[in-house]
Amino acid sequence: MVGHLKEMEDVIRRDNNRDDIRNKSRDNKMENKGYGHGRFGKFGGRFAPETLMNALIELENAYLKYKDDEDFNKEFIFYLNEYANRPSLLYYAKRMTKDLGGAKIYLKREDLNHTGSHKINNVLGQVLLAKRMGKKRVIAETGAGQHGVATATAAALFDMECEVFMGAEDMKRQSLNVFRMKLLGADVREVKSGTGTLKDATNEALREWSSRANDTFYVIGSVVGPHPYPTIVRDFQSVIGKEVKEQIIEKEGRYPDYLIACVGGGSNAIGLFHPFLEDKDVNMVGVEAAGKGLDTNEHAAAISKGSIGVLHGMKSYFLQDSDGQIMPVYSISAGLDYPGIGPEHAYLHEIGRVEYVAVTDDEAVEAFKYLSRIEGILPAIESAHAVAYAMKLAPKLSKEKTIIINLSGRGDKDVYSVAKYMGVDL
Amino acid sequence: MSRISEKFRELKRMNKKALIAFVTAGDPTINGTIQIVEELERGGADIIELGIPYSDPIAEGPVIQEANKRALMNDIKIKDIMNMVREIRNKVKVPLIYLLYYNCILQYGIEKFFEECMECGIDGLIIPDLPFEELSEIEDVSTKYEDIIDVITLVSPTSGERIKRIAKRARGFLYCVSSLGVTGEREKFSTDFNEFFSVINDSTSIPKAIGFGISTPEHVKMLKGYSDGLIIGSAIVRRIGESTTIEEAVKNVGEFVASLRKALDES
Repeated sequence: MVGHLKEMEDVIRRDNNRDDIRNKSRDNKMENKGYGHGRFGKFGGRFAPETLMNALIELENAYLKYKDDEDFNKEFIFYLNEYANRPSLLYYAKRMTKDLGGAKIYLKREDLNHTGSHKINNVLGQVLLAKRMGKKRVIAETGAGQHGVATATAAALFDMECEVFMGAEDMKRQSLNVFRMKLLGADVREVKSGTGTLKDATNEALREWSSRANDTFYVIGSVVGPHPYPTIVRDFQSVIGKEVKEQIIEKEGRYPDYLIACVGGGSNAIGLFHPFLEDKDVNMVGVEAAGKGLDTNEHAAAISKGSIGVLHGMKSYFLQDSDGQIMPVYSISAGLDYPGIGPEHAYLHEIGRVEYVAVTDDEAVEAFKYLSRIEGILPAIESAHAVAYAMKLAPKLSKEKTIIINLSGRGDKDVYSVAKYMGVDL
Repeated sequence: MSRISEKFRELKRMNKKALIAFVTAGDPTINGTIQIVEELERGGADIIELGIPYSDPIAEGPVIQEANKRALMNDIKIKDIMNMVREIRNKVKVPLIYLLYYNCILQYGIEKFFEECMECGIDGLIIPDLPFEELSEIEDVSTKYEDIIDVITLVSPTSGERIKRIAKRARGFLYCVSSLGVTGEREKFSTDFNEFFSVINDSTSIPKAIGFGISTPEHVKMLKGYSDGLIIGSAIVRRIGESTTIEEAVKNVGEFVASLRKALDES
């Protein structure tokens, strides 16, 4: 009897889940109607100043025109494969699996892409779109510099003018990436307003775009911003999950039990998760940055500790005070150092499809060192957050289960900050 | 009829145009703002906009961004600004408008915010990041208060076919953005105002006011023919920022606004 009830509950849960997903695809369809609001449930939207509305509508129309266009997709896939080194490998981490003694662990090697992270996937898509729209100049915001470097790279490849907005604080912390962008021919614009970090660089890029949308394309770096950006970036990053689907079937003959990815704005996570959303047996975990701990004021965990608000054109979860002022955030990882999260993640959290957890600096640094030693792979400190959570989860699971960690970037850029964290003088 | 609509009607009867002045609330202090607002009215401002300082003012140029920063350094809260407005209301007659970002209203509580606005004497709201298509976010509440508080909408030279729809539902006055980009003083304007206003005037008979970049009496003379009012922000806020004392700020702002008033009233 009890078993029967449980079965019924399972069926109901499954149906609810399906309804949610059906609603979701309905929401996605709604986005396609010209001035659609681009909502994911109640999240997302287009909270933009009037001076940007025309540019956003123009972008949406261009995207709708090209997203299923055969030539456009052919060109996109050509550059992904021939230039960015896709498909990226799905690597079985044998020693790590054995050492942790539980679930089988695979690493999706986005760190092996050209420019060293998943950022290039989205940038190639957006810059190709910019070209089709006849834009001659691209601008971008960057935190750690990974997205700035990827944008500068694509701008060099397609001979476009490029300007990257970067917070004054971040420029100090990431001087190597600043110089990389300059080598690639980009202008780096120092942003001194606000806290001088990613959030302020995003403000400044939006301001710049509102004054020069006629010849300028704003290449946004994550699944954030006003509609249609969260959708565009998700679609371009979904190549990650689509490849994983094929690769894991080839290796395991079935879908994985867990997908794990770090979440700042959330582009690498949504890229891995999205193609699996309707596969209800695939569990998904997004890992936020807990910085010095969720009980301190120094973290960047928007879902774990934030509340619903509006910033950068979207309704989502943000770290803010009771007046709506956005709070300063902290993480050892500059790529997760953002006070909000993409609206689709907020929605996936709300319907319970994806679980969101947080990992501290300490745990991330431990994972950084661990993966370096056990597999010979230096993960980006962002990706190390996902590795850290997998290290907790894997031993609790049986050997028949499989986990896929999105290794979103390489860790060379983080060697200095990890050394500093460990008290090593380089 | 709202106080803003009444003001425009009164000005029209007198064959005058509205001078709309903007300052950031709490810049440099709450007390300073009270004195400056009184001086603005004395100098000839017909309507006064009070910007609620925000951590991420994406529609603002550097001058107003700095003013936001100065105000926030005093740890100013929305409830302090509401109290300030209560005091100002006892001293000035002109309509008062808040300019603020949507997140402030959302966190404060939409209903509570409108209720307090009404109670302390605010006559209109400008919410730069709540475009026409997102107005449904607040509509349940804003329609209840629409006879008292006008939610003012904006159109820009690139609003195109949306101008008609926005203008049709405009309340108080239609805020016409002079040119692309963010707030801040401009040397000149590249917008074709004849074309811009022919579309606007075809769509609505509500009063129109031009804002963004207007910073000199010459600009005032050049633009006043197109609209029923002009909005001056950064040029005033810059003078406050450059002053070393509140007395100096009051004096500078007073003289400047009087010069704009003169340019606006000259035939």
